[in-house]
Amino acid sequence: MKNRRFGSIRENGFLYVFEHFFSAYRGFFFAVCGILLVAVPYMDLNRATLRLVTMIALYSMLGMGLNVLVGYTGQVSLGHAGFYGIGAYACALLQVRLGLSFWPSLALAGVFTALVGLLLGLPTLRLSGTYLSIVTLGFCEVVQMVLKQWESVTFGNYGVRNIPKPELFGYTFNLQNGGFYQIILALAVLTAVGCLAVKNSKTGRAFLAIKDDELAATMMGIKTSRYKILAFVISAFITGIAGGFYSVINNGYIEPTNFVFNISVLIISVVIVGGLGTIRGMVFGAALLLLFPEVFRGLNEWRFVIYGVLLVLMMQFRPQGALGWQSTLPFKLSRRTKRELEARGLSPSRLNEGKGA
Amino acid sequence: MGFLNVENITMQFGGLRAVDNVSFHVDQGEIVSLIGPNGAGKTTVFNMLTGVYRITGGTMEFLGTALVDKMPQDIVKLGIARTFQNLRLFSKMRVIENVLVGMHINTRYRFFSSLFRTALFRREESEKAVRAVEILKSIGLLKHVNSYAESLPYGEQRKVEIARAMATDAKLLLLDEPAAGMNPAETEELLRFIRQLRDEGYTILLIEHDMNVVMNISDRIYVLDHGRLIADGLPEEIANNRDVVDAYLGGERKKHAED
Repeated sequence: MKNRRFGSIRENGFLYVFEHFFSAYRGFFFAVCGILLVAVPYMDLNRATLRLVTMIALYSMLGMGLNVLVGYTGQVSLGHAGFYGIGAYACALLQVRLGLSFWPSLALAGVFTALVGLLLGLPTLRLSGTYLSIVTLGFCEVVQMVLKQWESVTFGNYGVRNIPKPELFGYTFNLQNGGFYQIILALAVLTAVGCLAVKNSKTGRAFLAIKDDELAATMMGIKTSRYKILAFVISAFITGIAGGFYSVINNGYIEPTNFVFNISVLIISVVIVGGLGTIRGMVFGAALLLLFPEVFRGLNEWRFVIYGVLLVLMMQFRPQGALGWQSTLPFKLSRRTKRELEARGLSPSRLNEGKGA
Repeated sequence: MGFLNVENITMQFGGLRAVDNVSFHVDQGEIVSLIGPNGAGKTTVFNMLTGVYRITGGTMEFLGTALVDKMPQDIVKLGIARTFQNLRLFSKMRVIENVLVGMHINTRYRFFSSLFRTALFRREESEKAVRAVEILKSIGLLKHVNSYAESLPYGEQRKVEIARAMATDAKLLLLDEPAAGMNPAETEELLRFIRQLRDEGYTILLIEHDMNVVMNISDRIYVLDHGRLIADGLPEEIANNRDVVDAYLGGERKKHAED
């Protein structure tokens, strides 16, 4: 394929041509994707498919939440099922015990989970790598224990029942009318926009700098402890909101075993398979990992073996994840910046492409 | 009030005294070199100045402010920035992003500003990006603005480190072997650039092995050996100093001379 504007694939590589092509028509692509996503509930899908699509959107959001921690600052958490559970229980209990409606409960669940993230972030400051992962794994188990044992608040193993469905101005959201999907779509899009806003700011650059070289980041005057905790807080907030949403889509019922360690593994698999540090990767990872068991249902137990082998192969041969490529597009400058550079005789067109030396 | 005054600093690691009672000073607008054989304690001095190590004795003052027991982040804010002997770039980030990270402490918006893209955020981001491109232009990296740091040749990566240090708005630059891994032509260009930095108002404290560089560029030189200061003076004085020659060539020469 030879394209006048993007050069040939042989000269510039597939990624370069693909990215520049996509970038040139991104308005069009986003519009098409947007229309498709909004149209999902009107496609006359059966309940199972609608639930699957809703879960993919939910896990995209969970992936984005964990991605702030793992993809941006490089802190690996195996305890996100803990945050997920705290968010879900907070949202459910606020409704069932205190009679609050869904929306304030959801917001409070996010805030509460963020506070727990702050508390967990503090002692983990001195830990990194495997040690941090072990502590977060322990956190997940502690949450599990608290949910099971603190019966006077959490109903213990019995679980929280009769969680009402979300309502807004008399409209009840449920699975059949696509309401659940609409809520999670809105939440996931807001999360993606928020994550990108953070990533393309001094906060995001500080996160990435800490991931690359913490000592060098310190030497640039970055208060690394503060940013590592901030990443925990943001990550917990997003995960808590996702948990709050999950509590209402489960036939009005949640129990502690909904938030076991396996869920942590699934969330981190989404992040790693999809592509660390990217939003597109989270959506892709969630779709792949949730579709996989459905598509290969005929293989019964064997699908988990294949699933495991795939993960190992992935880690070995493509550790950056399926869509975790380094962009070949130039660094994104605002229109205002381009204008000012132009005025100083530093036309952005003279700056090289991102292909490297 | 002196620019940088260091008095009797000592760094003890268990039984090892890496830096022993060293005193020196740097005046504004100078290029001062710190030389000495491997393991003499030069980089340790940098780590002490920048707050990486908590010193075990002595005093350090920069523009009248005591540096002892300050956090590294606060020392950067006072105006001391450094480069590293073994490159420590943010290798997965672009060159311009590396420089923007250097501007972190001078970027004056807060978290929620970036979330809501306020006017302050847009103005600051734009100003810093323009400044970053200007710094990169001054150091000859204009053609690498968008490149990923890890994709650059070694010599160019060293320049990115200097650019990143400049971006912190430092008054004093600590350069740890900036010419390491550069070919003679690149070294020549680096010398020109360091002089240019001085002319722009930066003060420079340099660790260097390449004698060609040191003798060419330094206003004054301090020589460290086994953690002790063994000589200081003008380049020509140092070149003819017996102790210094001994330290570099080993003590044997002295013995032979005495025989």
